[in-house]
Amino acid sequence: MAMLQQEHVGRKPLKSTARISRFSKILRNWQLYVMISPVLAYYILFHYVPMYGIQIAFKDFRINKGIWDSPWVGLKHFDRFFHSFFFERLIFNTIELGLYLIVIGFPIPILLALLLNEAKAERFKKFVQTITYAPHFLSTVVVVGMMMIFLNPRYGLVNQFIGALGGDTVNFMANPSWFKTLYVLSDVWQTMGWSSIIYLAALGGIDTQLHEAARVDGASRIRRIWHINLPGIRPTIVILLILNLGSVMAIGFEKVLLMQNNLNLASSDIIDTYVYRSGILDANYSFSAAIGLFSAVINFLLLVLVNAVARRAGGTSLW
Amino acid sequence: MTAAREDRMFNIVVYSLLSLVALCVLYPLVYVVSASFSDPQYIMGGEIWLWPKGMTVDSYASIFKNDAIVRGFLNTLLYTAAGTGLNLVMTILAAYPLSRSDFAGRNLFMGVMVFTMFFGGGLIPTYLLIKNLHLLNTFWVMILPGAVSVWNIIIMRTYFQQSIPAEMQEAAVIDGCSNFQTLIRIVLPLSMPIIAVTVLYYAVGHWNAFFNALLYLSDRKQFPLQLILREILIQGQTDEMVRASTESAIKQQRAVEGIKYAVLVVANIPMFLLYPFLQRYFVKGIMVGAIKG
Repeated sequence: MAMLQQEHVGRKPLKSTARISRFSKILRNWQLYVMISPVLAYYILFHYVPMYGIQIAFKDFRINKGIWDSPWVGLKHFDRFFHSFFFERLIFNTIELGLYLIVIGFPIPILLALLLNEAKAERFKKFVQTITYAPHFLSTVVVVGMMMIFLNPRYGLVNQFIGALGGDTVNFMANPSWFKTLYVLSDVWQTMGWSSIIYLAALGGIDTQLHEAARVDGASRIRRIWHINLPGIRPTIVILLILNLGSVMAIGFEKVLLMQNNLNLASSDIIDTYVYRSGILDANYSFSAAIGLFSAVINFLLLVLVNAVARRAGGTSLW
Repeated sequence: MTAAREDRMFNIVVYSLLSLVALCVLYPLVYVVSASFSDPQYIMGGEIWLWPKGMTVDSYASIFKNDAIVRGFLNTLLYTAAGTGLNLVMTILAAYPLSRSDFAGRNLFMGVMVFTMFFGGGLIPTYLLIKNLHLLNTFWVMILPGAVSVWNIIIMRTYFQQSIPAEMQEAAVIDGCSNFQTLIRIVLPLSMPIIAVTVLYYAVGHWNAFFNALLYLSDRKQFPLQLILREILIQGQTDEMVRASTESAIKQQRAVEGIKYAVLVVANIPMFLLYPFLQRYFVKGIMVGAIKG
């Protein structure tokens, strides 16, 4: 930019010269366009071409005919989905799991950050941080695998413990009523430390003079947390709550898929896992694409809606 | 006086709660490591609570004798190395032009990329594309579909804008450097911290990924470690592990239980070795991202 301004020194910026300079700017920076072109090609091929493929949701896709030549069927697949036996169950499971995750999983990292912020012993604080961040780096397969061996009805640690207390063995993974709780608790275990980082950073940015002044006025530590720390990180909380609420239906479905089995399906079947089963495993491409589109559109609208509400309510928003 | 006592009470509550949290997170991890070094009969008998009992490395020995696990490990190494290399190159190629304020069209390009964060074709159309491109069951399907991430482009672009003086780049141009030369000679040597962050982000992602492999690979010889882990830990397909042995059924069952713990440890060894770096650099990455996002 500065380079351009040098060029124009002493010249009156006429409209035509502006256009010429824009053109010459592009010409001079042709290498930048060469650089970005593979990335652009990647986005077009792997992200926008599939968007073009969404049309199969409104067609009867036949592999031998391809996407373009398959016959249009309008909203047939949507209609079939809305009237299917699975519809209510899928919607209910998806929303319930998403909300459960927010209600339990969202406040805990905030509490953890507030606690860590109060721990003045640096080494202890570092120690707790190092430990609580660690599970973030474990893969979903590893976390679910650990859950499976700990909850194993015969040899698992949890059931051995229940047995030692004289209780009856619980087959956790096969029980639909346990599924959502296990999902949420393991998620809290894995992510609470990591999610607290952003709040800790926000807490670190709070003016220490506020605390000094409050202390002089005789405010207790709990009152200072309530009246200084919490309002101080409010914008961060609002932004992250928007992101979370906006993606309430876009649950980390890889983990659901891994935890899912025929016995807990009544509680663990969500929209995305159903799309995977009926689309990839059963090859109902058009039907599954329609369900996938339905959920993508809802997610998108939800994000826009939540963002609008947040902007009106508190003046904080994503865009 | 009462204020001081209140303060002490408060401290006790804070430190005990934090200790409790740390304990809850740490215990399962310690247990897995202890169990992996224990004689499986004690695991099954429920006799291990914290430290290994009947110290042995038998479980590890059976892992290294197992072809599927070793091959999975090597496959994952390959996918991680190749994938991360491609990721890094692509991220730099996008981030550098986007960091330049004299790059006409940067907002358009950025918009094209950011839009994909909020909306996409979905599972089925993407799967059909991969199929039509004949990428199923190829090495490329493990690295091409996730060749770059918008998030990392934004982080690196922000770093380029904030940490590398524009005057330096201008001086290079005046000295006759082309844009490519400026990038390679001026910008990249000054960007090692962000390159480290990016490499770690991508590498961890590749190491832990299983879903693309599940979707696009059906040839077991190409499976990454995470899919083998899934077979062993989640689907309980462990016949192959012990089929070769002529031991009694009960002994085989014991061996399987031991292997489950040992394979968990082995799968996370790289993560464990890298953890000090991961923790430091990832936190930095979050901060850069938070400023922007």
